[in-house]
Amino acid sequence: MKYRITHLTQYDYSEPVSLCHNLAHLKPRTQPGQTCFASQVKVEPTPAVAREYRDFFQNQVKYFALQQAHQQLKVTAVSDVEVRHQPISSAEALRRPWEAVREGLCQDHPEACLLTLDSPYIRIEAALRDYAAPSFPPGRPYLEAIRELNHRIYTDFTYDPNFTEVATPMQEVLEHRRGVCQDFAHVAIGCVRALGLPARYVSGYLETLPPPGSPKLRGADASHAWFAVYLPGEGWVDFDPTNDQMPEEQHITTAVGRDFGDVTPVRGVLYGGGEHSLSVSVDVERLE
Amino acid sequence: MADTLLSAAAPTGLCGSYRPPQEGFDEMCLPNGRIRPHWQYLSEALDRLGPAALHGRVRESRRLIRDNGMTYTLQGDLQGQGDPQGLSRPWELDLIPLLIQSEEWALIERGLMQRAELLNALLLDLYGARRVLRAGLLPPELILAQNSLILACDGIKVARDRPLVLYAADLARLPDGALCVVADRAQAPSGAGYALENRIVLSRVLPSLFRDSHVHRLAGFFRTLRASLRALAPRRALDSLRIVLLTPGPRNEAYFEHAYLANYLGYTLAQGDDLTVRDGALWLRTLNGLERVDVVLRRVDDDWCDPLELRGDSLLGVPGLLQAVRAGNLTLANALGSRILEHPALAAFLPDICRELLGEELQLPSLRTWWCGRPADRSFVLANLSRLHIRRLHPDIRPSCLRGAQLSTQALRELAEAIRANPSAYVAQEEIPGATVPVLGRDALESRRAILRAFLVAEETGYAVMPGGLTRLVSSDSSLGLSNQLGGLSKDTWVLASEPEREETLIPKASVYSPAIRLTSEVSSRVADNLYWIGRYSERAEGLVRLLRIIVLRANDRLNGSGASEQEDCLRLLLQALTQQTLTFPGFIGEGAEARLANPMPELLSLITELPRVGGLPQTLQALVMAAWSVRDRLSADTWRVVDAIDERLRALTEHPVEQLEDTLDALDPLITALVAFGGLTRENMSHSEGWQFLELGRRLERAVNTTTLLAGTLVPHSGEMAEGMLAEAVLGVTDSLIAYRRGYQSGTRVGALLDLVFQDEFNPRSLAFQLDRLEELVRALPRERGCLGRTRADKLALEAASAIRLADIDRLADLPENSQRREALDALLERIAAILPQLSDEITALYFRHEDRPHSLLARRTSR
Repeated sequence: MKYRITHLTQYDYSEPVSLCHNLAHLKPRTQPGQTCFASQVKVEPTPAVAREYRDFFQNQVKYFALQQAHQQLKVTAVSDVEVRHQPISSAEALRRPWEAVREGLCQDHPEACLLTLDSPYIRIEAALRDYAAPSFPPGRPYLEAIRELNHRIYTDFTYDPNFTEVATPMQEVLEHRRGVCQDFAHVAIGCVRALGLPARYVSGYLETLPPPGSPKLRGADASHAWFAVYLPGEGWVDFDPTNDQMPEEQHITTAVGRDFGDVTPVRGVLYGGGEHSLSVSVDVERLE
Repeated sequence: MADTLLSAAAPTGLCGSYRPPQEGFDEMCLPNGRIRPHWQYLSEALDRLGPAALHGRVRESRRLIRDNGMTYTLQGDLQGQGDPQGLSRPWELDLIPLLIQSEEWALIERGLMQRAELLNALLLDLYGARRVLRAGLLPPELILAQNSLILACDGIKVARDRPLVLYAADLARLPDGALCVVADRAQAPSGAGYALENRIVLSRVLPSLFRDSHVHRLAGFFRTLRASLRALAPRRALDSLRIVLLTPGPRNEAYFEHAYLANYLGYTLAQGDDLTVRDGALWLRTLNGLERVDVVLRRVDDDWCDPLELRGDSLLGVPGLLQAVRAGNLTLANALGSRILEHPALAAFLPDICRELLGEELQLPSLRTWWCGRPADRSFVLANLSRLHIRRLHPDIRPSCLRGAQLSTQALRELAEAIRANPSAYVAQEEIPGATVPVLGRDALESRRAILRAFLVAEETGYAVMPGGLTRLVSSDSSLGLSNQLGGLSKDTWVLASEPEREETLIPKASVYSPAIRLTSEVSSRVADNLYWIGRYSERAEGLVRLLRIIVLRANDRLNGSGASEQEDCLRLLLQALTQQTLTFPGFIGEGAEARLANPMPELLSLITELPRVGGLPQTLQALVMAAWSVRDRLSADTWRVVDAIDERLRALTEHPVEQLEDTLDALDPLITALVAFGGLTRENMSHSEGWQFLELGRRLERAVNTTTLLAGTLVPHSGEMAEGMLAEAVLGVTDSLIAYRRGYQSGTRVGALLDLVFQDEFNPRSLAFQLDRLEELVRALPRERGCLGRTRADKLALEAASAIRLADIDRLADLPENSQRREALDALLERIAAILPQLSDEITALYFRHEDRPHSLLARRTSR
């Protein structure tokens, strides 16, 4: 499936900003199952400095700095992306028990090992292990266990955009069983890591045109977040606990990381500015 | 034969009676109690000097240390305190150096060089290919855990593949005398400046001993450091190359060293907000605009260097710093991310890593270290808990280091539980060893355990080792060796050469010195700001002390004497002027003033002794000391000595507050002397460059404000001839113009003559006219924007005030209309000037000290649903 994604981020400031440095994670990744064949990030006013590079997770990062006084910052990212469903073909992989995934993992894939550890927004705790445990009886196939965990989060947790903020600790989400996609992804990741297994945070978009006869999916016209687990030999497999899905062709990946903090779409440090207001709009349209 | 000779010479005198513990290795004495050959000369020299002379030298060294302002602030001292200096300690130096023979040092050097090469290679690998992880030489979970590898630094190209420019190792001797590395310091290793200061002090206190001992010199190390930093600069335009030393600021425990090294190396000392990233490069904000910076010698830890990509809440760094590095426009020494080399578990893996990366055996062993994530290590640690040091890797858990020997059985059991539950979070090390060394005690030599911090700097090929280092002494039950703190007793370290070395220093000799190196560093707007306030506070303090002194004298007269009504009137006006000048309302003016006027003592003592009292004397002095400390590197040693004296007076005032008014004179008089000396030194011993102009501006402006307030409070109201005579005398006293007055005007004090002298006389350096004239000149000489030809607003304000005084008609101002109680014309003029002065100060502040707002992070806002 091919998409054009338009992601607009606009900051308005009550007072002039004299200088700002920003980092944007807005260009979709090219990775197995996804090709980004065109992407443009336009910044207004025109930045004095702009550079692009890849970060630790091979995400495309754009750094830009504005050096003249401004009271508005507008970042528009337009990207054309193709997503192809990649079903797991190996029967062995589907059957592999979750304990087996752990063995030799750190040695063979040091970078995946990183994703089994605590991260700034996700602290592994006993409560997470306890929550995960029922889905992980000994010997159960890994993907089956994760699919159930994904489903349980979907059922147990209430979608409530008014309950959490960016900084709401995961413990609170777990306790009250409320939150949004970011929170659910964090909880799922915490559960997986609590078992010593790698899980990563995925930020991106969700196509929201409801197929005829199907209910409208949440996440429409906004960026979305889910998680992925690592299956040696197969790579990363995505799960969306907000919608109880295994993404196929409607999820477009922008960036991946340990947690939300690694992939914030736009962040920055600025001088001046007073109060600011932020507006974001996202459009995902099918190209064919 | 040799035996008899030795025993005949042995054991009398200071060194002869030194008794190190039976166990372990002593640096000076052999196990049989004899003095090691390379200590022979020193011990004889010490014995010859004798205890009395030695203690004289000790006093001399303390004086030098104090005079040089050599301090160290113990971490944790400053928490929540507003006093950056009050808790910093004078540096402690023991007079007996640690001696190391050339031959042994050569071995140590080789081991250290190899280790530095190894750590540099490891750093490159960890932020590059991570071969050591894939080869199983380091557990990834150790390196990739939070607070270890910094992901933002991954893959950044490092100048000349030298991320580790400076490296320090803490060395200690094992019981058999072999050396091992107790800790590696790789982020921003400190102590080299203290080592240098130790050397300077010791070579001055024991000059002939130092000269005859053929000690390797230290200056070469710093010359290499300078050459290396230049070579690492990304641009090759060497004539405009700029290097700054980035300090966390005056509150940092080793701020003294930062200021000292910046001065010694000829670099600008900068704090985060002196710097800015623009056009993908780093710039220093100076009064003349932005100046490009090529290399940063940093003393700010990794995490705090860049709020954009590292800790977002840091105010110590520069937003965008890492981007300037990434763009290849800036070199940091050391590279960001080097804290990984300080990981306490690393030592357990270094021998294998050394074989892999260098193809060699590790020469200098580390302190034996076990990581409980390895089953074999874990069982060993659990079986030997009570004799190990245990460290928890999780940064949030305190205390992070436990000493098995100090734990109860119960605590040991709990610790074992915790290790079993989460083994990979625990590292264990042997007890820190350390040879004993002789330390000069009160009557005899005592033995203490020593740890040596050795310093290395990268050079063209490989590393250069400082011949010597910082020897720190630990009490036997302390675990200080594990911390990065430098406080406590220290020693100079002498590496003995077989031949005497040529004396050398970094102070340039005109003929051989490359003119490209800038020894005069730019004045940043923060420095200018601090200098301006030093000027204002020093003058404010001086004016206040003078006024207080006159008041105390008058109040004493009243206590002892007549209590005539004119005396009362005079005292009342002076007290009210005091409240006005210090802005300590209600004081002698507002609510409750009558009671305070009747018994002024408590209020006066409060202003003289209470530190928290805003506007009071201690608070003013403290503000002065704090501002001076912030520009430590700009003040000469002599000036600093005076600041220290002021600080001591300040402590005396607040720590032993006087209770009787008459005693305050004893406290106030020496303060005047110190403040006058401070003024004189800053006038005579500082280059009259832009920085100095701001100090002078501050001083003149403050004195103008004080004089205006004083005149308005004393000469505008009229309270009879007698009282006025006394007041006039007081005004002359406060303005230090009494002698000039007596010389110029024979008969008693007349208001007209007084005004002439302290108001309009352009030649009296205490007069208002003099201040305003100087202000006008200084303001005109300030740097201004290019193309600005006309008068600025500051020019106009200064001119207006100066002209108003010049044109004033003294007779009219002094005139007191029939039946009037006030000199209205004088009042109006003083008010006009009093209104202009703060405007002028605001204008200068806005033009020159305008810092951009503090940077702040855009809060990550949830944008997804």
